[in-house]
Amino acid sequence: MAQIVVERVAKIFHSRDQEVVALRDIDLEIARGEFVCLLGPSGCGKSTLLNAVAGFSPPSSGTIRVDGRVVTTPGPDRGMVFQEYALFPWMTVAQNVAFGLQMQKRPKQEIATRIGQLLDMLKLKEFRDRFPKDLSGGMRQRVAIARVLAIDSPILLMDEPFGALDALTRRNLQDELLRLWTEFGKTILFVTHSIEESIYLADRIVVMTYRPGTIKRDQRVALPRPRDPASQEFNELKRELGMLVMEEQQRHAAEEMQLTTAD
Amino acid sequence: MAGKLKAFLTGAIVPVLVLAVWEATARAGLFSPIVLPAPSAVAIRWWAYLLPTDVWNPAAQSWLAWALSGELPSDAAGSLYRVLVGFIVGAGLALPLGLLMGASESIYALMNPLVQILRPIPPIAYIPLAIVWFGLGNPPSVFLIALGAFFPVLMNTIAGVRHVDGIYLRAARNLGAGQWTLFMRVILPASTPYILAGVRIGIGTAFIVVIVSEMIAVNNGLGFRILEAREFMWSDKIIAGMLTIGMLGLALDTAVSRLNNHLLRWHRGLEH
Repeated sequence: MAQIVVERVAKIFHSRDQEVVALRDIDLEIARGEFVCLLGPSGCGKSTLLNAVAGFSPPSSGTIRVDGRVVTTPGPDRGMVFQEYALFPWMTVAQNVAFGLQMQKRPKQEIATRIGQLLDMLKLKEFRDRFPKDLSGGMRQRVAIARVLAIDSPILLMDEPFGALDALTRRNLQDELLRLWTEFGKTILFVTHSIEESIYLADRIVVMTYRPGTIKRDQRVALPRPRDPASQEFNELKRELGMLVMEEQQRHAAEEMQLTTAD
Repeated sequence: MAGKLKAFLTGAIVPVLVLAVWEATARAGLFSPIVLPAPSAVAIRWWAYLLPTDVWNPAAQSWLAWALSGELPSDAAGSLYRVLVGFIVGAGLALPLGLLMGASESIYALMNPLVQILRPIPPIAYIPLAIVWFGLGNPPSVFLIALGAFFPVLMNTIAGVRHVDGIYLRAARNLGAGQWTLFMRVILPASTPYILAGVRIGIGTAFIVVIVSEMIAVNNGLGFRILEAREFMWSDKIIAGMLTIGMLGLALDTAVSRLNNHLLRWHRGLEH
């Protein structure tokens, strides 16, 4: 049975004089341990879908089930990594990582051991007593990943987590994420607008359309890992997905043009 | 090092110049000493104000107690005591109320009209009522100071809570935080930059109010002393008292700013 089941989900946002259909007729099943990327241009509702799965913003209609239970609130069974890191700036690296474990009221000794392991694993040991403002973007995102790994949630939700990083740091963290994914066997739902990133990481790529957000293509990626972005198969897939995303991107651009001229 | 010395010397030019002109005009007899005493006379008076009045008697008191038995130390201690007690009362009430008003729309809707009506009334305007309610002595003074500290801390605490970035709340809820933890470990620390700014303004207001309140309700403290000096036309003592007020205010503000820097060492804005 699938771990995450999204059934006929729609999400409508109301603003002053109009309503925006962010999601429509979304049906999606994600198996345990699967790495799925949601791909599409900005405004296609991929983050809206992720937030609905996270329980931050429930769908207007339809249901989302995780392990058979309907999602209504956020919870530590679905750890979230945000693009803006969302580390608590008033806590040190170690305190940030400890937060979720403290919420579970684990014994102090266990928390200390776990933090030690995680900081080791993510190469953050020397930074344990630093505040987030003293870390680079890549380091901050490592801390954010350590923070959700600490609560050991079976599902990781990632909202363009590497979007703000430079190319080298990005590739580095992608490799790290794949390593952790293989090691812990988590289910990952990963939002990105980078075609290359999605092909590099995912088992499955779900391409979404621009407003209303629907599923345009559910593409399985069969290439063996580690994947070589310079290989022919990689680039064929990249070209194919590129065309799909570009159509949506153009609709997005056209709509924005229309809005600007209407003003 | 040389740079620091240079900066110090540059900073000293204007004050030294002002003092020199002031001393020269006073010595030349341009103003009566009652209107404007010479700075040297003020310095002498300040020294006398600082020193103990009695001779040291080792049998009766320790050396330190004797050294601090002068008028100025006891006045300064009296003023500082009122500021601190008044501030603790005022801020101690404002902080929980501000947190509640910031976090809850309904409490805000209930309390805000009253706050908005009372807030523009300067604490000084409460003086007559303070005397009627509390008589003379420290209580009316503490009341006025508490009022002066209350509103800045309240307004900033409300603003601080309302400006907490929603992403921290989402992250904390996602990690399993309940309402109480959310409040204590996320909302409260996230709003400290605002709250501490309010504390700094509140201490400043408290310091203004203490001087005024000492002019009406008590018979010691720096505010009382400069008004007393006026009755004797001791202008040098008035100015000596004013300078002491200035120094105490500066010391208080420096202490609060140090505390700020320590509590906000995680904050981006403090990167120098």
